[in-house]
Amino acid sequence: MSESPVLLEITDLRASVADQEILCGVNLTVRAGEIHAVMGRNGSGKSTLSKVIAGHPSYTITGGSVRFRGQDIDELAPEERSRAGVFLGFQYPVEIPGVSNLEFLRVSTNARRQAQDLEELDTFSFEEHLQQRLELVQMDPSFLERSLNEGFSGGEKKRNEILQMALLEPVVAILDETDSGLDIDALRIVAEGVNHLAGPDNATLLITHYQRLLDAITPQFVHVMAHGRILRTGGPELALELERRGYDWVDAEAGISSRSPEVMA
Amino acid sequence: MSATPPVNALDAPVASSNVSDLVSQPYRYGFVTDIETEKIAKGLSEEVVRLISAKKKEPQFLLDFRLRAFRQWQRMAEPDWAALGYPPIDYQDIVYYAAPKQEQKKASLDEVDPKLLETFDKLGIPLSEQKRLSNVAVDAVFDSVSIATTYKEQLAEHGVIFCSFSEAVEEHPELIERYLGSVVPIADNYFAALNSAVFSDGSFVFIPKGVTCPMDLSTYFRINSGDTGQFERTLIVAEEGASVSYLEGCTAPMFDTNQLHAAVVELVALDDASIKYSTVQNWYAGDENGKGGIYNFVTKRGICKGARSHISWTQVETGSAITWKYPSCVLAGADSVGEFYSVALTNNCQQADTGTKMVHVGPRSRSTIVSKGISAGRSANSYRGLVQMGAKAIGARNYSQCDSMLIGDQAAANTYPYIRSQQPQATVEHEASTCRISEDQLFYLQSRGIAFEEAVSMMVSGFCRDVFNQLPLEFAAEADKLLALKLEGSVG
Repeated sequence: MSESPVLLEITDLRASVADQEILCGVNLTVRAGEIHAVMGRNGSGKSTLSKVIAGHPSYTITGGSVRFRGQDIDELAPEERSRAGVFLGFQYPVEIPGVSNLEFLRVSTNARRQAQDLEELDTFSFEEHLQQRLELVQMDPSFLERSLNEGFSGGEKKRNEILQMALLEPVVAILDETDSGLDIDALRIVAEGVNHLAGPDNATLLITHYQRLLDAITPQFVHVMAHGRILRTGGPELALELERRGYDWVDAEAGISSRSPEVMA
Repeated sequence: MSATPPVNALDAPVASSNVSDLVSQPYRYGFVTDIETEKIAKGLSEEVVRLISAKKKEPQFLLDFRLRAFRQWQRMAEPDWAALGYPPIDYQDIVYYAAPKQEQKKASLDEVDPKLLETFDKLGIPLSEQKRLSNVAVDAVFDSVSIATTYKEQLAEHGVIFCSFSEAVEEHPELIERYLGSVVPIADNYFAALNSAVFSDGSFVFIPKGVTCPMDLSTYFRINSGDTGQFERTLIVAEEGASVSYLEGCTAPMFDTNQLHAAVVELVALDDASIKYSTVQNWYAGDENGKGGIYNFVTKRGICKGARSHISWTQVETGSAITWKYPSCVLAGADSVGEFYSVALTNNCQQADTGTKMVHVGPRSRSTIVSKGISAGRSANSYRGLVQMGAKAIGARNYSQCDSMLIGDQAAANTYPYIRSQQPQATVEHEASTCRISEDQLFYLQSRGIAFEEAVSMMVSGFCRDVFNQLPLEFAAEADKLLALKLEGSVG
């Protein structure tokens, strides 16, 4: 497995929002074909990590680096990262009134295809392209006619995120608490979608609180984040241990008092 | 613009991917045509009014109309109630008549100065037989005069009259005398009085009883001179059961000075008649510091005179340094319908005070107002609208929706709805909202590979969709691109 190429290389990454440092030296290497899970309490910096990788303008990298396929990601605008194959599945996808979901999906897909030197899809061929991916997330085509995420339930929003992932065929997909707010059926559909899309040439980074997502998607690596750093890395058994014992022992073993002031993620 | 070449159907709908190519373009229509022009001296007096009338060899009734208007105008004061700020206009520093020098009467297009044809070609409105648009008849107005009208003969076969206002005065004086000033009386307001005194040309449309106009009609207004005011007059009459869709487009060169545009448009719809009037206004808006641009003071009003008549205004206002414009409907007929769909976009230092008046007179008359204001830069954008329910408007209904979108943190949006009702059995509904494009929304679109500027224009056209849906198809695509163009550099 260590033979496969490195897709994402995070080295001593420090990042802040509004002058408050949230990431305090994150190290993480993700290779093709791997699934990683990043776990941790609220405020541990998990969501911040995902937003920094995707390029949210509120966050500033203050030290270290994120390299995507060898290129320093800080040089790229968010849209360029997406076109290059970085995907962030949002914890809370925003509603964008007036923008048709279908049109959005088509423009987005074509932006990525253009970067891959693939032919752009016109309205008709796009709908064909879309059909099988809709089935993957069991989404009703009527969602396509609606405004982007507007009035969607929590589960519908998440399925729409996985649909976007299926269309964009990312190299590295980061799913930020995709399981939160999902009922059992929606969780199963989302997990099946993620499993279906995971392959030898791409990688997935799951950010989650709970074991239940990891019952459905098995990661090779589980990382525990606290206080803006990855404190511990293990295999799937680590997630089970966290489920059993909570997070305090990780802090204790790292020599950090477990209830030090939390930072907001 | 009113008649740009048809847009490829595939990239027609909202937020096409080539919007991003367009946002980097400056105002495309800012050129000046170098052509010999006949102009009268600056200034306004009774002599000037008489001179204009004489130049156009007008009948006595029209000269009398102009003189009454001029005297009325002298007694009036410029309105100051709008939320607009601009230095006083010197009405003696304006040229009131300018015409490209050529034979007044053009038997055919071959006699039109090729420079003028070239100008309209450049604006995307080819007039010559071979190149003209296939589905739209165009009346092209250059400064004070109409240059050419296409498809006149074909329309005449259906009994439709579509010609320049001057021609209508010569050939159909009885219709002009009957309807001119019947919707916007000369004393209506300061700018309408001024227009009535000095108007030079414009378009006239007459759709006879029972006729559905076989193609869209369009007038394209081009200001060319730097010191000339443009005062056009449009009159559209639809007789019983007739219907027509009319488009208006406008552009002007870029000058450092301001040009005054004070037009009057009157619409008359008899029983069961329907008039749809669409405007995409792209006058020059001035530069980013507010230098130059058109002062647009326009009175547009339609009367739904007959039962079940229908008048619909759709406007996309993007140009002009100042916009003062309230396309209105007087709903006199029983069960008549009035509609107003508006997108007003202001950027840089532009100011717009625009809206509508829906005056319900007839029983069960209905009106709908959908106004979308977008303010960017340091601009100010106000919606001002009146809904009036008269004593006899039993069962009348109005629904108004006024939405504002702010881009950046220095722009202003205001809504001034006025509601007057003398009829307890009338229903008036008003909804208003204000939104701002949020960083998270933009980031979401960006994180899906959509560039920043394109993300903005996607959201703006989404915001305007209800109005764009009312525009004829070629117009809608063009309006979309126009907004993207106008918003260039306004965000971030």
